[in-house]
Amino acid sequence: MFIMRLSSSVFALLCLMCEVLCIALFLRGFFPVPVKSSVSSKSKVSDLPPEPLTGSGTNASESPGPVFRRVVILLVDALREDFVFGSDGLRFMPYTRQVVERGSSHSFIAKARAPTVTMPRIKALTTGSIPGFIDVVMNLNSPALLEDNLIWQAKNAGKRIIFYGDDTWVRLFPKHFMEQDGTTSFFVSDYTEVDNNVTRHLDDTLKRDDWDILILHYLGLDHIGHISGPHSSLIGPKLTEMDDIVKKIHAALISKESEGTLPNLLVLCGDHGMTETGSHGGSSDPEINTPLVLISPAFRRKGGFEVPGVLEQVDLAPTLALGQGLPISKNSVGRLIPAVFEDLSLRDRLRFLQLNGHQLSCLLEDNNPSFHKEDGYELFRVAEKSHGSWMKLYMDGNTSEVLGNMGKKVLKQYLEALKAMSSALSKQLGKYDMYSMIMGMILVLILLLLAMPEALSREAAVDIPLAASLFSLPFYLLCLLGSALHVLICTSAGGLCYLCSLPWVLVFTLIILSSALMCALVTMAARRMPTSTKTPTKGSGWTLSELDVVLLVGTVGHTLSLSSSSFIEEEHQTWFFLLNTLCLAVFQDVCRKYFREQEEGGEEESFSSFSPAVELGMSAGSEKWLALATPLLTLTCCRLLRSLNHTGVQWAHLPDFGHWLNSADHKMFLSLLAALSLALIFLLIQRHCSLVSKIALSLGLLGVYSYRAAVGNVLFPWQHSSRAVSKLEVERWDGEFLTGERREESAMTRPRRADAAFSGSQRRLNLLFAEASAEVTEKNYRCLEGVSFCQSGGTVEARFVYVFVLGILFTGVKDLLRAQLTSSGGDGGRLKSRGLWEVYSGVVLLVALLFRAHNLPTLACCLLIQTVMAQFIWKRLHYDAAQTTIMHYWFGQAFFYFQGNSNNIGTVDISVGFVGLESYVEAPAVILTALSTYAGPLLWAFHLLCYLTSQRHRAVMGLGHGSYCFALLRSIPAVFYVVLVTGLRYHLFIWSVFSPKLLYEAMHTLITTAVCLCFTFMDQDRSGRL
Amino acid sequence: MWDVEIRGMASAHAIVASSIFLATVIPAVFLENFSVYGSHMVWLYSVAGSVAVVNIAVFWLLGISPPTKKNTLSFKINRLFRSCLYFLLSCLFYHTVVVLYGAPLLETALDTFSLAVLLSTFTTLRCLCILGPNIQAWIRVFSRDGALSVWDTSLQITTGCSLVGAWLGAFPIPLDWDRPWQVWPVSCTLGATAGFLTGLLVAPVWIHWHRKLLTYKLK
Repeated sequence: MFIMRLSSSVFALLCLMCEVLCIALFLRGFFPVPVKSSVSSKSKVSDLPPEPLTGSGTNASESPGPVFRRVVILLVDALREDFVFGSDGLRFMPYTRQVVERGSSHSFIAKARAPTVTMPRIKALTTGSIPGFIDVVMNLNSPALLEDNLIWQAKNAGKRIIFYGDDTWVRLFPKHFMEQDGTTSFFVSDYTEVDNNVTRHLDDTLKRDDWDILILHYLGLDHIGHISGPHSSLIGPKLTEMDDIVKKIHAALISKESEGTLPNLLVLCGDHGMTETGSHGGSSDPEINTPLVLISPAFRRKGGFEVPGVLEQVDLAPTLALGQGLPISKNSVGRLIPAVFEDLSLRDRLRFLQLNGHQLSCLLEDNNPSFHKEDGYELFRVAEKSHGSWMKLYMDGNTSEVLGNMGKKVLKQYLEALKAMSSALSKQLGKYDMYSMIMGMILVLILLLLAMPEALSREAAVDIPLAASLFSLPFYLLCLLGSALHVLICTSAGGLCYLCSLPWVLVFTLIILSSALMCALVTMAARRMPTSTKTPTKGSGWTLSELDVVLLVGTVGHTLSLSSSSFIEEEHQTWFFLLNTLCLAVFQDVCRKYFREQEEGGEEESFSSFSPAVELGMSAGSEKWLALATPLLTLTCCRLLRSLNHTGVQWAHLPDFGHWLNSADHKMFLSLLAALSLALIFLLIQRHCSLVSKIALSLGLLGVYSYRAAVGNVLFPWQHSSRAVSKLEVERWDGEFLTGERREESAMTRPRRADAAFSGSQRRLNLLFAEASAEVTEKNYRCLEGVSFCQSGGTVEARFVYVFVLGILFTGVKDLLRAQLTSSGGDGGRLKSRGLWEVYSGVVLLVALLFRAHNLPTLACCLLIQTVMAQFIWKRLHYDAAQTTIMHYWFGQAFFYFQGNSNNIGTVDISVGFVGLESYVEAPAVILTALSTYAGPLLWAFHLLCYLTSQRHRAVMGLGHGSYCFALLRSIPAVFYVVLVTGLRYHLFIWSVFSPKLLYEAMHTLITTAVCLCFTFMDQDRSGRL
Repeated sequence: MWDVEIRGMASAHAIVASSIFLATVIPAVFLENFSVYGSHMVWLYSVAGSVAVVNIAVFWLLGISPPTKKNTLSFKINRLFRSCLYFLLSCLFYHTVVVLYGAPLLETALDTFSLAVLLSTFTTLRCLCILGPNIQAWIRVFSRDGALSVWDTSLQITTGCSLVGAWLGAFPIPLDWDRPWQVWPVSCTLGATAGFLTGLLVAPVWIHWHRKLLTYKLK
């Protein structure tokens, strides 16, 4: 029987690699790529297709004229469908109801798509597309809407637009409005002022004649919903207020109406609804059903109340565009509302439908490689042809009954085509790709199960019974089952998921692989079974120390805590808390060891077997005190670092030490601190390095300081006069830096304040989504501007440091390779650990360059803790590789947050991508950003590598165990989180809290894989030598 | 003999537990606007005080404390003084630990210190009552397999439970529910009290359950 024997580290690496693949697959399924036109330009009138006419192709492509003169869009935030069409509407909105029932109007229920949050909904209303989450993440660095949209088209066509209301619009469409007044939605408890600020302009504006489009966005209703829900007594008066506004606008529009001009249009709509508790964001019926009332004298009067038809929210965009005589925006998936145009001539109606169909078919061609097979596309081609022949008859002057009937047939064909194409397009996004998600998840879970404690045994190797599984019946059965499932799902779901679009060979390989995996798993489990039943007596003797309990409980507890959005936002608190507990447990261990020993020495009683460290230096009393002081020093360091950067949401606004240091008045102090930290870094790092690297390191650290001085963060003692001018400018930019940062801070504060105003936190989603991210983005923009300017001062210095980093890395790698070649016992080992340490110091130097000046103490503390812990705790107390690994992992996580990161995308400092570069170059920028963001976990992982390598004489299998534990520690939360996110995909905070964390988890897993690769590399020659 | 000791301990624990309830109920009768959240400090000190008084009284009456060899007045005063000093030191110790755990250094120093006092009452004071101001004995009791009597085991259990209770009590703080008991020391003090009560309840049961396994070496 062929058995594959893998060492633990290789096994862990393979598992992690598979996991990364699975997570990538999962992400691909979770964040559907939005439907986008491949051309990024905007629609132009000249691109419009000609009116089809069989026979002569010379028909000029005249643009269709507008149908409405003026359009007023009255957008009421969180206007639920039953507020207008239900009993509430009957009671509180009498005027609107009367217009809906008897006036010249059309009313519909417009369905919004999740996330039902203001900003994505505004985007949907104006572009006609459905923004996915990936849009929101990717658009972090551009608050303005760059996609083709209605507002841009209108402005481009010379329409004059006036906007009053939620300032999200102002940010999305900067410089688009002739007149604007944005109101912020921060003060949720305020639901009167926020609307009065909009209404106060109304009378004046309605009297004037100098505008074409008026957009009003009222926030009050949404605020009331958040405060007290949809059934509160505040809702009624607010709806009545809205009703009065409808009445006022309608009256004004009617009075302006005169013969000979085009009619005006009033649109009353909501961006999303609200749940029975008043929140929104999900996709329940009350959240997605919004009313859409179109009022215009052009429409026929209604006879009575009709049940409103149902359509998509995105349908408004093409309708308004065509009604205004504008081209439909490129990415719109909506189809025009036929009722609006039903009183036009048949020719115009056909023309409009053709334009809409043409735009949709273009989008379909761009997004679906097999667009020819789509029903809608074929229908559209057919309809266009019959449209052509109808036109020919029409142009010939035929006015018989036949023409009318034929026209109606063409109209019907067009409508069917539009419907089919629109649904094909929106199917492509909106829906979660469940098949890929579940597939990826199951693969990850199987792998995790496979990684059961096999690898932690003494020989640190995993046997995988390949042959047994490959030639067994269950394997073939599983293969068959998998294929059948695949075929079933792919044929029933309409072939829309990612796996279905892969070539068959690849899918089949995947299925074979996963079933082989499953069989191997079962075999391994079966092999373990008899041993586990045989050894209960041995198992009962196995006891956990307090430290083990803390480590286990901490790992499990942290994993479980990921299921709460607050704990994700405040994950740093969890880690700090666990780290503290860990230090106290270590402290207790140290105390026990040293005091027990003392007691033994005094009483000379039993317990001699209890302390394993008798042979160690009991004589050195100072060592004992140092060992006792180490956990305390660590605790103190952690407490100090904790106040350096405040992250998270709840306490992020509290003034922290980092801001204090960064303010211009404390520059002197910051310089001193940075210099001290750099000196400490040098002292701690240089011990194990060769002379050459020592010199390089010191020069490099000097370079870091001069780089910071050149950028303007710190002062040179001798710099004052020489570069006064450039420094002034630099300081100006630095000021921008700081204002940007402060703005971020205030953006973080305000949601909190709003939260305090009413005890719910639902508002957070809206606020974080729309406000904070935009402001953080603005900060990053400013940083970019600032940095790109500052770099001109610092590029030389930064490159100087880069040279040394490369030099040190090169020396280290050279030593490593030499150690590989000279396989002679002790000397090779020493050379090897020195080489590793040199690589490590190179990384430290790089990180020192990338860290902001106020974060340098973090780095220094990190190294300090590593040194003392390794010296006095890990070596002396004989912790095994697994325990040491878990501790390193915890420290790494804690330092990730110490350096100011959080689970919000906004805290990623993208300015480090510009260190030493003159312009933005993608690859180095991404790598540098990743390195500086994950500096904490990376440094600790590298330290673990160095430590375990240097300890190999004691624990031979240390590296294998360490690598395996590392992989396991990463996999457990990652897999749990993936499953959790699948379960919570309709959670209110899925976009604002859970999804960014998912990206962080994926990135972290990727980085861990890279680290495990290093582990495997270092572990390899051990297995080679054995 | 075992049963007698366990029964005695159970009744002593019952008295201490009831004192906590009384300390919660009685001020509510006499004081206006008394509530556990609202006037938290009053509640905290009333509980701490009553537990201290009852503990001292019970253990003095029961005579659990190790018999002292010297019985002179000066020695007694010395013992008392050292006990007070240890109590104060333990308060400071807990305060430091709590600050290290992330409590604000200055802003809520009084609240933090009150929590430290409560924790000391639940843990150190009982140690002082049962073991006397004798650090060596404390170290012995709190190292593995160090318990020499039923009381030592109960001490281990109640102390552990109180500390774990306070530790767990810190978890709800980051949740954004905005409840009154999420304000800084409240959840921790409640956790510690709940843990202490659990410890009081669990200790006799646990000892009773494991009485076959517990073999105390008599010194």
